[in-house]
Amino acid sequence: MGNLVIDDLSMRFDLPNGGSVQALKNVSLELAKGELLAVLGPSGCGKTTLLNIVAGFLAPTGGQVTLNGNKVTGPGAERGMVFQQGALFEWMSVRRNISFGPDMAGKPASETAPIVENLLRTVGLQDFGDKMIYELSGGMQQRVALARCLANDPDVILMDEPLGALDALTREKMQGLVLKLWKETGKTIILITHSVEEALLLGERLLVMAPRPGRIHKEYHLPFAEMGVGRDLRLVKKEPEFAERREEILSMIWDMEEEIMGRQEESA
Amino acid sequence: MIVFLLYLTIFALAYVAYRFWERSRRHIHDFDSLKTVTFGDESAVSPNRFASVVSIIALFAIWGAFTGSVITPLHVPGPFVGDTSFTYTARNAAGETDDAVAHLRVYRVGEEVDLPEVSDQPNVFAVDDAVKIGAWRSALSRPNENDIGGKEDGYSLIAIDGQPIAPGETVRFSDGEITMTNKGSLSIKPDKGWQMEPIWLPAPEAVVSRLGEIASEGYKNFSLWEHLGYSLGRVLVGFVIGSIIGIPLGYAMGLSNWFRGWFDPIVEFMRPVPPLALIPLIIIWFGIGEEGKIILLFLAALWIMTIAARAGVSGVRISKVHAAYSLGASKWQILRHVIVPNSLPEIFTGARVAMGVCWGTVVAAELVAADRGAGMMIVNASKFQLTDIVILGIILIGIIGYGIDILMRMAEKWLVPWKGRG
Repeated sequence: MGNLVIDDLSMRFDLPNGGSVQALKNVSLELAKGELLAVLGPSGCGKTTLLNIVAGFLAPTGGQVTLNGNKVTGPGAERGMVFQQGALFEWMSVRRNISFGPDMAGKPASETAPIVENLLRTVGLQDFGDKMIYELSGGMQQRVALARCLANDPDVILMDEPLGALDALTREKMQGLVLKLWKETGKTIILITHSVEEALLLGERLLVMAPRPGRIHKEYHLPFAEMGVGRDLRLVKKEPEFAERREEILSMIWDMEEEIMGRQEESA
Repeated sequence: MIVFLLYLTIFALAYVAYRFWERSRRHIHDFDSLKTVTFGDESAVSPNRFASVVSIIALFAIWGAFTGSVITPLHVPGPFVGDTSFTYTARNAAGETDDAVAHLRVYRVGEEVDLPEVSDQPNVFAVDDAVKIGAWRSALSRPNENDIGGKEDGYSLIAIDGQPIAPGETVRFSDGEITMTNKGSLSIKPDKGWQMEPIWLPAPEAVVSRLGEIASEGYKNFSLWEHLGYSLGRVLVGFVIGSIIGIPLGYAMGLSNWFRGWFDPIVEFMRPVPPLALIPLIIIWFGIGEEGKIILLFLAALWIMTIAARAGVSGVRISKVHAAYSLGASKWQILRHVIVPNSLPEIFTGARVAMGVCWGTVVAAELVAADRGAGMMIVNASKFQLTDIVILGIILIGIIGYGIDILMRMAEKWLVPWKGRG
């Protein structure tokens, strides 16, 4: 049985001017436990909408999402989410941010504390547990966000461009961290990104979506995530196949963007 | 005008002196001092503490200089005080002329002085006069009244210190000027100098000694601390009640369509109404007692706190709320652990504004009607021309208002250190 099943999902928004937008159309997908899926696509292809539906923040207008056989009807602790930036609670210390999930569930501190310490070590923040969020750099904040999500031990981790706001060097380090966490915890992960390179590096499966209506354009099964675990990601990028794939996907997205532009010019 | 020019001069001189001094000792190399572009860079502008100190000293120096205070060595010329005299020339009905001396004693108002002693023997027919005049005041004198034949028609004063004078004309004598009225009396105005009379502006030390007096003896049946304490207490009670109702109301407006729709017109209508405009209605409804004042301050604080809390809720990033939901938090937990702490900076900003508005409003309300309070103290003192109490009251009101703001800012720094860093 598939761990996460996205079944014929459609999403249609009404616009104030009477029209409507088809953000997603007939998206179906099955994700086994422990798979890492990267979702890529030009802006407006519905990838964030897809993630919000899986997270339970949006109700789809058609189809459904089930996790372990249970239909998703709203947000829940079994589907953790990591946001791009600004989703940490800056009125709490790093440690209290990480223990937020267990605290809300009413778990005793004695049970939570070792988990938090362990996670701090895993993400490399063992000396920063008592710092406040605003005292950390952007990269460190994203480490906290990952740890906070893991502390809740979710079945699926949804990442909405978690590394999008980081500088190139920090981003590369964090990509390594994401791979490491994925392998160590065996979590199912859906990662949305704008970066083709990131999608290739991290996505065991890679979904390229197309816009208007938002739909799955092409799916890849890639070896690079497996290759990159515990290795220098720059070596992976030097693989000839990596460069080939990157070119292929870049030109695919390029064509989609061109098509959108062309359509806009026609209608204008 | 002169005061203003003097102030500008001190400003310019202090600036030039400071620049000169700074150039001679410049060796610091902090980040700001190494900036070559500072004009237009707001972050490079911080208050120059030297300027602040000089500014305050200059204010007191000018105040002292223009009130003849003991705190400043230099004063602008004061009013003439002491004995002086002028000689007048009179012509009697027979056409003869004679001179006599008018002795003037100019004294500080409030001191007991006697009339200067003069002989009552005429030179020919004019007899010397004695007049006492308060400093800054003028006196109306009829030197002819004691002269022999002075009340006959045809008798007239024709000169002061040898200068001819006629009704409506003004001449100077050694220490002031004299105007002859249409009826022939003399209006004597000793020189006032440039200093301010204490009933316009008392010297700083007079204000300080009045502070000591009121602090120990009280004013109008209540001690100074009761006056100030009542004002502060009204503000605090009004503000606290306003917050207790306003903050939850603001949260409700930020979280529920129905509350937002229901209260939006009321809040948006009441917000631009200055609390001072409510005073007459409050007095009609609740009288001039404590109840009315507290309701007024409650209303002053309520809308500000409501809007601050509403803005605090609207300011929550949706990603924080989403993150909390996906970490398994309930609605109540999200309110308690995400929305409330996230809105605290906004609420503190609102609280600072509300305390400022309340403090201003309480003083104004006390000006209108109260039996105690800082505002009552100054409005009552002004009726008796006790200018030193008025100025003292204004200074105390200013200090307390400033103190409230500083305390609020310290509390803010301590309680919401994450403000502006989200």
